[in-house]
Amino acid sequence: MSPRAQSRGLTRKMENENLYQYILGIADNSLILGQRLGELCGHGPSLETDIALTNISLDLFGQVRSYYQYASKVAGNDRDEDTIAMKRPEREYVNVLLVEQPNTDFGYVMARQFLFDVYHFMFLTELQNSKDMTLAAIAKKSIKEVSYHLRFSSDWIKRLGDGTEESHKRIQNAINDLWTYTDELFHQTDADKKMIADGIGVDTSKFKEQYYKQISNVLDEATLEVPDLKYFQKGGKQGIHTEHMGYILAELQYMQRAYPNMEW
Amino acid sequence: MIEHADIDTELIPILDKVSDPEIPVLTILDMGVVRYAKLVDDVVLIKLTPTYSGCPAMDVISDDVKAAFEKAGYKVSIDLVLTPAWTTDWISEEGRDALEKYGIAPPLEADADKEALLGNKKIVKCTNCGSQNTKLVSQFGSTACKALFQCEDCHEPFDYFKCLK
Repeated sequence: MSPRAQSRGLTRKMENENLYQYILGIADNSLILGQRLGELCGHGPSLETDIALTNISLDLFGQVRSYYQYASKVAGNDRDEDTIAMKRPEREYVNVLLVEQPNTDFGYVMARQFLFDVYHFMFLTELQNSKDMTLAAIAKKSIKEVSYHLRFSSDWIKRLGDGTEESHKRIQNAINDLWTYTDELFHQTDADKKMIADGIGVDTSKFKEQYYKQISNVLDEATLEVPDLKYFQKGGKQGIHTEHMGYILAELQYMQRAYPNMEW
Repeated sequence: MIEHADIDTELIPILDKVSDPEIPVLTILDMGVVRYAKLVDDVVLIKLTPTYSGCPAMDVISDDVKAAFEKAGYKVSIDLVLTPAWTTDWISEEGRDALEKYGIAPPLEADADKEALLGNKKIVKCTNCGSQNTKLVSQFGSTACKALFQCEDCHEPFDYFKCLK
């Protein structure tokens, strides 16, 4: 192979690598949040909320399958969807820190969901226009489901905020605690920047202001305060996670680690 | 709904035998998940579209379609397609009637659906007594596609098939 052909080959591989990383960046958020919600199966505060949260989990897992199947195709090697989902080490998961935060109480569950749903909906709205036809198709499919998630979580923020003294206090605590993880949603990795430049990725900076505005509107209606915070946590997108991540993966990956390649 | 899809007439009787495993009164043609079915060089090519991304019925439907065609002596190849994304508008009139008789209220139009699911308006009709005096119990029901309602007149709890557009 001539050096020129070699460098062309390398460039192509790099483009694929960026796309692969970009897909994981979207999918891992849904995988880890789906897993967190799945933990509540049979443990929700009421039958209806239990069913709702696991329904949302199922939607997210369904979307994740589409993304990982595509990532597997892009990778073009022996990494299939299950390998990608179940067998990566912690440092290779690139979900944001927000989605791995624990189910401390129902207030935290709904605050985490709401802060993510508002972002998720705006992100998918833009992803529908991606030049990448597969990502655009997954976005068009997923956004219909996510509009229900967003309606559900926004509704609960209002009910808890404008509810009893206790529910108001708890949801305010949860919003205050989780606020520090919101800025990372808009952090752009190198892969993100390359994909944005190629018209494949979503330029999240375009709707950052709108994101905080929509959240403020709901919090206002819920008689809740918008936190005034000057510093934010990040690291998940680089694979540097909070202490909670290891516990999530221990459960998520248990079967594949204990019985490699087992099938259901 | 047949008019949205590209389906060979001769294949319809076979597809008509396959139903949704979770809503057995609804055939997959009535649900509108069959987007394409054509006999090309001895092989039946089928394209199916999922209702909800995570719907576990999709794998079963795919297996059932394969089995139905193989039983009829055809070779078959099935693809899952995501675009255009499925919408409840593709449920046929027959399908909507079958849903209602089965005890699942059929989907309303998008705006009405939103009002119903926010509990703002009493517009979902009870499948038991027909009363509109119904209340939303939960926006999410026993499967991804449904919400849970209860009739305030006859007290019957029932599912409502959510509008997806």
